[in-house]
Amino acid sequence: MRRVPPILLLFVLVPLLVEGFWVFWPALQGFWLALTNWDGVSAPRFVGLGNFSRMIDDPVFHTAVTNTAIWLVLFGGLSAAGGLGLAVLLQKERRGVGAYRAALFVPVVFSLVATSLIWQVLYQPGGIFDSSPLADPDTALYAVLVPALWRQVGYVMVLYLAGLKGIDPGLYEAATLDGATAWQKFTHVTWPQLRSVNSVVLSVIVIDSLRSFDVVWSMTRGGPYHSSELLSTYMYATAFQSLKLGYASALAVVIFVLAFGVIVTYLVRAFREN
Amino acid sequence: MSNRVFHAVAGTISVLWLLPIVAVLVTAVRSFDDIAANGLAAFPQSFTLAGFGDAWTNGGASAMWNSVLVTVPTVFLSLALSSAAAYALSRFEIPGRRTIILLMLAGNLLPPQILLVPVSKLAELLGIYDTLIALIVVQVGFGLGFYTFVLQGFMRAMPNEVQEAATIDGAGPVQIFWRIVLPMTRPALAALAALAFTWIFNDLLWAITVLRSSSVMPVTPALLALQGQYVSNWNVIAAGSVIAAVPTVAVFLRFQRHFISGLAVGAVK
Repeated sequence: MRRVPPILLLFVLVPLLVEGFWVFWPALQGFWLALTNWDGVSAPRFVGLGNFSRMIDDPVFHTAVTNTAIWLVLFGGLSAAGGLGLAVLLQKERRGVGAYRAALFVPVVFSLVATSLIWQVLYQPGGIFDSSPLADPDTALYAVLVPALWRQVGYVMVLYLAGLKGIDPGLYEAATLDGATAWQKFTHVTWPQLRSVNSVVLSVIVIDSLRSFDVVWSMTRGGPYHSSELLSTYMYATAFQSLKLGYASALAVVIFVLAFGVIVTYLVRAFREN
Repeated sequence: MSNRVFHAVAGTISVLWLLPIVAVLVTAVRSFDDIAANGLAAFPQSFTLAGFGDAWTNGGASAMWNSVLVTVPTVFLSLALSSAAAYALSRFEIPGRRTIILLMLAGNLLPPQILLVPVSKLAELLGIYDTLIALIVVQVGFGLGFYTFVLQGFMRAMPNEVQEAATIDGAGPVQIFWRIVLPMTRPALAALAALAFTWIFNDLLWAITVLRSSSVMPVTPALLALQGQYVSNWNVIAAGSVIAAVPTVAVFLRFQRHFISGLAVGAVK
């Protein structure tokens, strides 16, 4: 650490200005637009909290909120549980374990659009199913969830594998000497030692759940009859298809508010580590 | 767990996991007539690369080129800007450095939805809407916070002595950055480059927010168009998704170690 040569201020200022111009400035505009009615052509009209009170009577908004909650619980919960289970299964270095890890990880590098096309092929009538589960409002959301999970589980597994690697093997040896069963080792050694990884995983899955867009958009566009609509897809359709830019911005603010707690927790942790 | 049980369990799960990929690869090399006559689930009666040809010539090739034109500059600019910022923020007492680092990271954690409408309007205002430049700059701006955060952590862990020795030898801060710090940051840069490549190559949301014409669409949004164009031509759609997955799978296989360590270190996306 030393005194700051002036050129280094540029090193910071240029990136900061780029991010400021394309992220912070638009974000502020987004919050402002949430308080307006705007078709994108004429000037935005200030309506205060009108957009938010409109949500109360908007049935599609209700569906989107419910589906986003279901998504959070199932996508988040199952990918965390699956990722942890697989990481525990594959944690020990032994023959062939690299190949198993790679197999589970491959889908992570596919785009969600490619992933959803892969599953759309599988879902076609005449394949596994007689009629596509994407076409039925009762099953569409879950049919979209499966490919999303297929891709996310490997990712969470990698996070947990890194966490498990950091556990002192001596703890397991001590537990073995004490005659602990495999389950006792998991609950008394593994789980408590994974605390920090757990909080990372929690942030990742909440942020990822709220961001989930691609997979739903490419498989169903939120349909049929909004049955697989998430807040993110509803926001996009409201903005760029219905051209209700003010209402769409208000929906984005709702997503922001839901993500806010997690973002702050994440930043606090980053701050401590810094 | 005994070895035999372990391999039975892990093997079954792995095969199940790869099954969708195998099914799509098989579908991609079947002919349209075979699928139409025998159904998707039937044992393949044909082998042809026609699906790949159709997907490639009907937009695939130009979309792949657009993806290259977006991904390469975006990865390069992101890492150049963020390593400069990370160097200054980690090795010098910039006033308010902690706040700056966290502010930048916070920008990356924002749900992109809050930015979509203003960003598309901003691009229109600047006259770059529907051009690849818009897609590049917005993705650089949005990613910077994360890359800067990871890189400054990495650079801070470097020993002070190296920098001091170079200073005594008369090297200026820019030379130290270029000749000493950047080369030492290589592993982190490689990990971030591999990650950034897949994120940018796989992006859909920013592309459909600032682009409109099919002629400028990169691979990921172009796949959606292909799906609309070839309704129920499952061999073409399967071939298209295989083509779209090849570059990221190649990067993953080539940089596997970097890739995984990057994911584990960062863990924001």
